[in-house]
Amino acid sequence: MSNLDRFIETFLNGAVLAKYTPSILQGVWVTVELSILIVISGTLLGTLLACIRAYRLRLISFLIVIYADIFRALPPLVLILLAYFGLPNIGLSLSSFTVLFVILGLTLGAFAEEIIWAGITSTDKGQWEAARSTGLGFTRTLIHVVLPQAVRMVIPPLTNRAIAITKMTALGTVIGVPDILNQATTAQSFSGNASPLTLAAMAYVLLFLPFVILSRWLESRFSWKKN
Amino acid sequence: MSKTTIRPAVNKPDQQNGATAPAKGRPTLEVIGLKKSFGTVEVLKNVSLSVAKSEMVFVLGRSGSGKSTMLRCCNRLEEPDSGDILLEGEQITGRGVNLDKVRRRIGMVFQSFNLYPHLDARRNVTLALRKVLKQSRDEADTRAAAALARVGLADKAGNYPSQLSGGQQQRVAIARAIALEPAVMLFDEPTSALDPELVGDVLGVMRELKQDGMTMLVVSHEMAFAREAADRVVFMADGHIVEQGPPEDIFTNPQHDSTRAFLSRYSYGQ
Ligand SMILES: Nc1ncnc2c1ncn2[C@@H]1O[C@H](COP(=O)(O)OP(=O)(O)OP(=O)(O)O)[C@@H](O)[C@H]1O
Ligand SMILES: [Mg+2]
Repeated sequence: MSNLDRFIETFLNGAVLAKYTPSILQGVWVTVELSILIVISGTLLGTLLACIRAYRLRLISFLIVIYADIFRALPPLVLILLAYFGLPNIGLSLSSFTVLFVILGLTLGAFAEEIIWAGITSTDKGQWEAARSTGLGFTRTLIHVVLPQAVRMVIPPLTNRAIAITKMTALGTVIGVPDILNQATTAQSFSGNASPLTLAAMAYVLLFLPFVILSRWLESRFSWKKN
Repeated sequence: MSKTTIRPAVNKPDQQNGATAPAKGRPTLEVIGLKKSFGTVEVLKNVSLSVAKSEMVFVLGRSGSGKSTMLRCCNRLEEPDSGDILLEGEQITGRGVNLDKVRRRIGMVFQSFNLYPHLDARRNVTLALRKVLKQSRDEADTRAAAALARVGLADKAGNYPSQLSGGQQQRVAIARAIALEPAVMLFDEPTSALDPELVGDVLGVMRELKQDGMTMLVVSHEMAFAREAADRVVFMADGHIVEQGPPEDIFTNPQHDSTRAFLSRYSYGQ
């Protein structure tokens, strides 16, 4: 057997691929579902917290910062294992899907909060003053004037971070979430062949490449600053 | 001058919302004994000034003399340390004043325009109409169209600030302020950020506002315009108003040393 044949036999085995493609497609659906949930809830949470922080209430801002810093410092895998294996001991058993969703959602929320907060603070002070001088209150100014500009400014880093964190759904494998990687490793151990992992890799590329390209496009699109 | 300066009946409750005309002779804007420090720097030491209805008052002074600070105290973007400010006879300093309600009656135009970059010209104008005055979309659009027409930009309603020249942006900013039909307009160096050839358009709009009876307090170095259009010129130095009077008097016969020094540096006249 030539090296090339051995390579194809190992990584692109037609029979194995045909057999396990359906289960990996199931995994794709799980990964997609999780990703959507994480991106929506994480971004909303981060935006909400950044807005609350704009009121500069000492205690509340302090708590938000603590949360953001802890979730940005800890490797998500540690939190996933802690939540999945620890919480049942205090009577709270969550499904592996839920644990993965909650931890990654909170992680994205922490990063999103910091990113959007940076956008809010770097919005020109003159924007606040102009809006307030027309009689708009603080909350209305924040919602209608500052936040839209802040979000626009931070869409590229936010997109990058969202991609980085949704990719981490692969961590769900260790607690048994039937995502792409989990389906592939199961197939790999049944078949004794690495081809399902190749398929998983291709699935990830197909899934995430459009978003990576989108973020590149957004980066050039939104590189405008005021004027 | 102390805070207790006697002024006739400060707070007539029946005319608080500006719906009724202010008492005859009562200035539209009145600043009494205004003091303001930043840290240990005393920027406004004791400033008193009044602007009558339909009057255009120009404020001159060296950089750092406190002109912007005084103007910004008038709508409390800057919080005065002490002193009183009265709008149409109504006290707007101190606690318990609804700032948002007061500010909608005081238009402000900034040196850097401060248009909302994510909204087109029309929506720059309608935002406060909709959210502050609670107008319907149609009402607000109609009022915005009228305001934009007044500043000569009826055809630019759909343009975003980045698609407008500096002079056009500043005129949209003026439209945003006048759409709220304020009792007084504050201008803080409205033409300083503009290319010379765009200054005239903005001054033209201000001239028309004056002709329509708008009350205006203007910080600006446009001496020729001040001389031609202002009713009164106020000169500030070192946290005080050191001199004021009709523009002809101030420009041709300044009494105070700092006014003379300032005017000679602007080599105005001839
Ligand atoms: N927010 C602030 N914090 C600290 N110091 C300030 C602040 N705003 C103004 N100052 C100081 O107060 C003084 C007066 O400033 P102000 O902006 O009122 O002057 P101005 O007469 O408008 O000058 P210019 O012609 O340069 O605009 C300056 O010395 C300035 O440095
Ligand atoms: Mg100034």
